[in-house]
Parts: sequence; C-alpha cells; structure tokens
Amino acid sequence: MEMSSETLTSAEYIHHHLTNLTYGRFADGHWGFAHSGEEAREMGFWAIHVDTMFWSILLGALFLWGFSRVARNATRGVPSGFQNLVEGLVDFVNNSVRGSFSHKNDLVAPLALTLLVWIFLMNLMDLIPVDVLPWVSQRLGIHYQKVVPTTDPNATFGMAIGVFLLTLYYSIKIKGVGGFVGELTLHPFESKNPIVKLLFIPVNFFLEFVSLIAKPVSLSLRLFGNMYAGEMIFILISLMYSAGVVLGVFGGALQFVWAVFHILVITLQAFIFMTLTIVYLDMAHSEQH
Amino acid sequence: MNINLTLLGQLITFAIFVWFTKKFVWTPILAALEERQKKIADGLAAADRGKHEQELAEQRAAERLHEAKAQAAEIISLAQKRAAEIVDEAKEDARAEGERILTAARAEIEQEANQAREELRKKIGSLVIAGAEKILRKEINADAHQKVIESIASEI
Repeated sequence: MEMSSETLTSAEYIHHHLTNLTYGRFADGHWGFAHSGEEAREMGFWAIHVDTMFWSILLGALFLWGFSRVARNATRGVPSGFQNLVEGLVDFVNNSVRGSFSHKNDLVAPLALTLLVWIFLMNLMDLIPVDVLPWVSQRLGIHYQKVVPTTDPNATFGMAIGVFLLTLYYSIKIKGVGGFVGELTLHPFESKNPIVKLLFIPVNFFLEFVSLIAKPVSLSLRLFGNMYAGEMIFILISLMYSAGVVLGVFGGALQFVWAVFHILVITLQAFIFMTLTIVYLDMAHSEQH
Repeated sequence: MNINLTLLGQLITFAIFVWFTKKFVWTPILAALEERQKKIADGLAAADRGKHEQELAEQRAAERLHEAKAQAAEIISLAQKRAAEIVDEAKEDARAEGERILTAARAEIEQEANQAREELRKKIGSLVIAGAEKILRKEINADAHQKVIESIASEI
C-alpha cells in the first residue's frame, strides 16, 4: 500500500515536472490557465505555453541586450571583459559561416549567431537544479513551470520551421520556381529518354521530398530529444533526494556528474543546430547539378 | 508535449531575434572588428616601415661615423705633419739666430781685440819713446833724431 502511494507520488512528480504552464481555450470556449496536464492536452492547438515563451523571450532578450550593448560601445581599440567574449563568439560564428557557406548572404551569419547563443542559453537552464525555479514559482502561486524552453518541441520546431522557411525562400529566390521543382523531381534518378524521365518524376519527388522534410524535423527533434532526455535524467536523479540520506548523497554526486557532462551536451547541441542551419542554407543557395 | 500556438509564438520570436541580431548586434560588431583589423594591419605596416627606416638611418649614421673618423685621422696626420714642420722651422730659425749672434759676437770680439791691440801698440810706442827718451836724453837731440824715433815708433 505504501509502495503504491510512493510510486504514485514519483509518477506525479515526474509528470508535474514535464507539464508546461498552459494558457488556452477550454472546451466551453473561455480562455484560462490549464489546471492539469489533461486539461492542457484537451485545449489542442489553441493554447500557449506561457513558461516556454517567458523563458525563451527572457533569455533571448538577455542575449540581445548584452550583445547589442557591446555592439553599441564596440571600440576599435583594445577590447576588454565581456566585449572579448562577444567578439570571440562573433569571430567564431563568422569563421563557421565562411567555412560552410560559400555564397553571399548577409542574413546567414547573424542567424547563426542568434541560434548559437539563444539555444545555448535556453539549454543552460537545464543546469539549474530541476526543483529550484518550479519551487519559486510555486511560492508565487504558479503551479506549473517548465524552465528549459528547448525541452518543449514547440520551441525547437519553431526555430527549425523558421530555418526551413528560409531555405525554401532562398531555394526559390536563387533557382526560381522551375529550378526548385526540377531539383525536387529530376534527381537523383536521371535519364536522357523523356518517357523514362517522366516515369522517374514521382520516385524522385518522393525521395527528395522526404529528404527536404527530414531536414527541419531532424534539426528540431535532435535538439529536443537531447534536451528532453537530459532533463528527464535530472528529474529521475532528483527523485533520489526523497529516498533517504544514502541515496540522496549518491543522487547529489550523480547530479553533479551529469551536469558536468551536460555542459558538453548543451554546447554541442547549440553548435550542431547552428552548423546544420548554415549547411542547409548553403544547400538552398547552390545548384545541385 | 502538445504542439500548439507556442510554435507560432516561438517562430515569430525567432524571426524578431534574428532581425534584431542582424541590425543591432552583428553589423556593428563586425564593423568594429574589421575596423580594428585594418588598424592593426596599418600599425604593423607602419612598424615595418619604421624598422626599415631605422635600419637605413643606422646605416647612414655608420657611414657618417666612418667618414668622420677618416676625416679626423686625416686632420690629425696633417696636424702632426704641420707640427713637425713647425718644429723643424723653429730649429732652423734657432740655429740661424744662434749663428748670427755668434758671428756678431765674434766680429765684436775681433773689433775689440783690434782696438786693444791698437791701443796697446800706441801705449807701447809711447812707452818705447819714453824709455828711449830717458836713455837717450842727453845723447840724442830730439830734433836731430826725430826721424829715427818716428821710424822706430811706426815699426812697433
């Protein structure tokens, strides 16, 4: 009996940690905060994750505030302090873009910088012990709080779709509608014979369309999956704190180790997202054959 | 894990952030970086130029020094030569002067000797005459023997 209630609390604990603070339209038509995960699910599309929006905008604004302050005061003299960091990042992104992107487009580098820093900051929220911010918000009367925006697929898909729309835009802008459609239908199987060529079109289209769609999906799911799994492990580790001193201490050590390892993961994921974005945009700019 | 309006919200946020980054972060920072790059390149070029000029100047200075040394050596040797000449001239002058003085002294000595001799002769003449007068006073008539006495006095 006691065992089952313990399991129930653990499940509830995990579930609670994985539920966003959702504001949306209830079945009867009025708008308000969902009081449980089920209610949030029932709201369907007409709901918004207030915590995801809040933290992502806060972190993005922090990034833009800090960086634009440096940009405004950027001197040609000897840089110092935070300016060094910002210039280092700008230089790093600039080199990445020069390395992978072989066309002229002034949007790609700022896009890459935004992605790198924004995603890194959102991922960084993962290193704050999982209970701290929810506990604070609980004290403020907010029941649900999921503080890592990149563990919300809406955030990762939002960025990936943004990148996807840009690739579509530039594909059509550079190659024209005909060129883009041709790229989708005339490769990888080619033939000099017009009839065979025609027969190949559906096959080619299927293959190319899948690979086209796979780009944003893999881009967003990679980030989301990594961060979600990492968050999940932090939650599982923090379950140990309620299971006695020995397990609690062990959990503390484990959390430290996982957090250290996670520093690598969050940086790497931000970098991968940026690099793939640059590569996809480069592909959008180049004629394939 | 619900897909909902958040997606659109994130998409729009993302777009705004990218726009903001491009306009207020990327462009000014890159401009500053490029400006600094140019400044550093200029500085390095100037340093190279300065170094080159310094080398030239050192070379020129060494040449000047060399020239000056050669000139100084020449002047010194000239001066030494001149000094030797002056010493020689002085020696010559001194010798000539000495000789001149010597000659003058000799002439004077001779003159004085002659004078003394003349006086001596005169004195001896008068002494001889006086002696002869004393001896011959009574025997010789001064008037009669004037010629003889005179011839004796002239022979002395």
